[in-house]
Order: sequence, then C-alpha cells, then structure tokens
Amino acid sequence: MLAKKTLARREAPGGGAGDRRDALRISELSLAVGTGERAIPLLAGVTVRVGRGETVGLVGESGSGKSLTARTALGMLPRGARATGGVTVSDVDVLAAGRRELRELRRTRVSMIFQDPRASINPVRRIGDYLTEGLRARGVPARAAAERALDLLDQVGIRDPGGAVRRFPHEFSGGMLQRVVIAGALSTEPELLLADEPTTALDVTTQAEVVGLLKEMQRAHGTGMLFVTHDLDLAAAVCDRVYVMYAGRIVEEAASASLFGAPAHPYTRALLEASPSVHGDKVEIRAIRGRPRALAESPSGCSFRDRCPLAGDECAETVPDHRPHGTSLVACLRPEQVTP
Amino acid sequence: MKRTLADRNRKRTFAGWIGRRALGGVLTVLLASILIYGALRLAPGDPVLAMTGGRRLTPDQVEALRHRYGLDRGFMQGYLAWIGDALRLDFGTSMHYQTGVTSLIANRLGVSGLLILYSAVLAVVSGFAVALASAVKGGPVNRVAGIVAAVTTATPTFVSAIGLLSLFSVGLGWFPATGAGTGLADRLWHLTLPATAMALVAFGVLARVGNAAFAEELRREHVEVARSRGVGTAAVIRRHVVRNALAPMLTIVGLLLASLFVGTAVVETAFGLDGVGSLLVSSVSRRDFPVVQGVALIAVLLFVVVNTLVDLAMPFIDPRVTVGGLGR
Repeated sequence: MLAKKTLARREAPGGGAGDRRDALRISELSLAVGTGERAIPLLAGVTVRVGRGETVGLVGESGSGKSLTARTALGMLPRGARATGGVTVSDVDVLAAGRRELRELRRTRVSMIFQDPRASINPVRRIGDYLTEGLRARGVPARAAAERALDLLDQVGIRDPGGAVRRFPHEFSGGMLQRVVIAGALSTEPELLLADEPTTALDVTTQAEVVGLLKEMQRAHGTGMLFVTHDLDLAAAVCDRVYVMYAGRIVEEAASASLFGAPAHPYTRALLEASPSVHGDKVEIRAIRGRPRALAESPSGCSFRDRCPLAGDECAETVPDHRPHGTSLVACLRPEQVTP
Repeated sequence: MKRTLADRNRKRTFAGWIGRRALGGVLTVLLASILIYGALRLAPGDPVLAMTGGRRLTPDQVEALRHRYGLDRGFMQGYLAWIGDALRLDFGTSMHYQTGVTSLIANRLGVSGLLILYSAVLAVVSGFAVALASAVKGGPVNRVAGIVAAVTTATPTFVSAIGLLSLFSVGLGWFPATGAGTGLADRLWHLTLPATAMALVAFGVLARVGNAAFAEELRREHVEVARSRGVGTAAVIRRHVVRNALAPMLTIVGLLLASLFVGTAVVETAFGLDGVGSLLVSSVSRRDFPVVQGVALIAVLLFVVVNTLVDLAMPFIDPRVTVGGLGR
C-alpha cells in the first residue's frame, strides 16, 4: 500500500472511453526517435484500452509497432525516443513516471512475457532464482518468495516443483520454460499482463497448452492482458477485443466475434485471406501484395493505400479518422466496400 | 534409490574426467620437457666454454667438466636422467653458482610469486572495472577506454618499466627504483612499480575482452526481462551481466596468469629484483643450462596447472558446460 502512494496519480490526457481504473489505457500515443527533421516516427495516434480482467489482442505484421506499443506500458521506450499522448496503468501515468516510479510499477502492477522463454531466463541461474527475482525485488523475504515460487510452479502444472526450482533452464523443454515464465510473470500479482508473442517460439501442440494455461491463469488471478501476436486467428480465439495495427497506427478495433464475419478494414480482410484455415471449403490463400511498411516509410494519407485494392485518390489526402462501422471502429474511408 | 545410483555414476564420471584432465596435463608437461631439453642441447654456444671464460683447459679437464654436467651423454640418455631427477624436484646443479638449481629457484620464488600475484590483482581489478564501466556507460567512456586499452596492450613491458621508473622513481621519488625490500609492507611498496609495469599489458587485454563480454551479456534478453520486472540496475548487472560473463573472463585470466610468470624476466631485470625472471635472463646469457631448463619447466607446469584448474571450475560457473558427458 505504501508503495502505491509514491506513484504518480494523474488523469491521462486525451481520456477516451472507459473506467478510470482500466488496467491499461494508451491514448493518442505517438513515438519518435531523434529530433527535428531527422526524427523517425515509430507510432502515431495509438489508442488501446485494456479493462480489468479483460483480454485484448494487438495484431499486426512484424514492424507494425505492436511490441513497441506493449512496451510503453512498462515505460520501456527505445533509446532516445520521445513520446506524446498518454499511457496509464491503473492510475499511474507511465510517461511522466521517474526511474523509481517505473521500477515500482514494474515490480507491482505490470508483468511482461516475452517471445522466447529460453532467452528470457538467465541460463546460468536456477529456475528458483528466476521465479523469485520479481518478488525479491519488491522486498519479499527469501523464504516467503521461495514458497510462493513452489506454489506457482504447481499452478502452472510443473511436476515436482521442489526439484524444478533447483534445476537450470537447459534442463527444461521450451513449453515447460514458458510455463515457468508465466509463473514468474504472475508471481507479483500484476494488474496487467503483457504477452508479446508468447507462443511464437513454441511448437503447435505446446502453443495450445500454453495459451490455455495463460487464459486460465489470467482468469484465476483477474489480470488484464494485452496479447500481442501476428496470428489473427489466435488473437480472435484468445481475446475479447482485437486491435489491428499497421505501420505504427491502429487501423481497426473490433470484438473478436465480429472480426471474422465482418472485417471493416481492407488490411484486416487481407490478413484473414492470407491465413490458411482448416475449417470449411478450401479457399485460395492470397498473400498481401507489397511488403509491410514501417511508419517512417509509409505513404501520405492512409498508410495501407499502396497495398490496398480499394484505394482511391482521396485516400492519399488525410489519415482516415477512426469511425464506427458495424461493431468496429475503423480507420478507412470506405469500410462498406470491405464487407458488403 | 534411483537418485543415489545416478549420483554415484555422476561422481564416477567426474572422477574419471579429472583423471583424464590430469593425464593430459602430465603429457603436456612431458612433451614440453622434451622440447626444453632438446632446444638447449641444440642451442649454439658451449656451456663449458662459457663457464671457464675462455681459459685454456686440457682436453682431459674439458672432458671431466662435460661428464660432470652430463653433456657427454646421448640425447635420450641425458634427457631421461634429467627428467628423472626433475620428477624428484632435482633440477641439477647450476654451472655458475655451483649450487642446486632447485634451491636457487626456491629462494627467488617468494619475490617472483608475490610480484605475479600483485600484478595479477592489479590487472584483474582495474581491467574488469574499466571493462564493466565502459560496457555499461557506452559512448565516449567506451571510446576512451578502448584507446587506453589498445595503448597499454601495445606498449612493451620494458618500455612501460622504463617510463614508470623515470616518472615515479627518478622524477617524483615516490617509489624505490631497485630492490625487493624486507617485510610485507616494504616489499609491496618496492614491488608496486614492477607489478604495475607487468600488469599494464594484462590490463589492456582484460579491459578489451571484458568489454566485449559484458557488452554481449548486456544485450541479452534476460537482462531486458529483469529490467522489465523492476530489478535495480546494480542487481541486474551483478546477477545477469557479471555473473554470465564470468566464464570467458576466467579463461582469459588463467592464460594471463601464466604469461605474467614469463613477464617477470623483463620486469625483474629492469627493476633489479633478484627473482626467478632475472635468474632466467642471467642464466641464459651464461649458458647455465640446468637453471634455464628448470625455470622453463616450472613455467610450463604453472601454465598447465592454472589452465586445468580453470577448466575444473567451468562446470560450476556455467551449468551448461558438461563434465564427461554429464551436466552438473
């Protein structure tokens, strides 16, 4: 409790819909590296909200800025980056927080799960050291932290937790290690879990187990989760709502259920058509022409227009605002042509 | 039951591994001893002539001297006699001093040992400190450290010895120019300049290699993960950077320690210290073969022992290193 008092309490500028106690509120976030004419923009006007206990997907190709967006919730900006807009975790203004406040935030409220569990855990230290590191950092006594570690390992389905804490990472499989990482992330009872492609480095059967475990643990602990992935199907299966990101911008926000039936942005539809499906009729897999753009090299107006089959002259004029279409919020001038 | 059996197997394998390592070390020393003995037999200059200083001797007298120092024996015969004695720590009799080589070396080992230890501590502490600071700070600190490391590595020890002498001994008068001193404090004071001169090259190597090792570990994802969990900077560096860079660093330190022993030859001569290094130098010029052979063999022995110890320590530092097919 004492720790929370030292944290900055501030209303995020820009606001946006939602409860003041949202797990995460990113509003109109723009990020650039460098200054003046040589500034390279990375994110523009990104707005993401994760309610308490809600699972929200952030989907996009590599380089779209999804990991970057997730990391801002921890205050982990690229070296030399400047941010404008608001990033609020619970009631902490992350962008305004100092080093000590950020450390406190990371120790108590936000945990991140990274892509490759084998790289996430120090190979020369024991599993037990990894699990207790977060708790020890916030001052939990060694004995209590060790007991909590055993309990967590049991919860994530590691057999013989007592033996596991004494072993080294190379003695575990990738799937088991990701379970350890999940246990470590939940050890501090965070309000927000950032999962950055948590299953990409795992094989398919292990992926399903880990996703299942992640959902189960999230539900049990009441944690809000931002699930970052390039896999639209996975996001739709795991998440309540999904944000689709392209070239440093959010292009569509939709409930998972409506995303498949009625994609509102041409990019979302293109992503759906580009992914193979095991259900229904065999349909042709269509790759999206061109290559994914970073924000700095995207065209004027709508970033997607040079790859978009529906693009017209007016798409070049201004960046489209987010507007409601069906149950989605979409940044496109002609969403009615995407899903007739 | 299962566990105890596995443990026993593991212990046996570990013992076997140590045995194989020791055997490899012994073979290395034996091979080196053949080279040492052979090189000195092939070296130009007759030790008997050097010893008698050009005085005229009758052939009988020369023959008697050659016999006394085993120079009349064939290569294999001479080698076997020498190595047999050496195994009992008897390196023969010095032609110059006419006393046992073993006691000549033993009497000087105190000064040289302290000098090596002193300079190793200086090099390791300063080298690692500079390496860590430059890797963590980056930018201009890193560049300056890189230049300093390159200069100290490239400066020969005899040059830095003379430089230190003229600056701190002749110029400022802070440290004595020659002698080893008596008593520990006085001795350390006397050995400070020689140890520094010797440590400079090792410092440069450690600063450069250490910088690369620390920088590599700093880029690892588990470092970022630890930061993302709110672990303080000092703890991240201690547990995730220094701890992980320990293995490559220890290997380098092991190699440098052995090279410092050889470095005493230059430094002890420059600073007028009566140690093993200066004994080696003067013995070479006097063609005092038994002393040269003894010192060279001890250098090889030291090298092998230090490197074996480093290898033995590896599995305890990095759990991924396997011992005899089994991890720890």
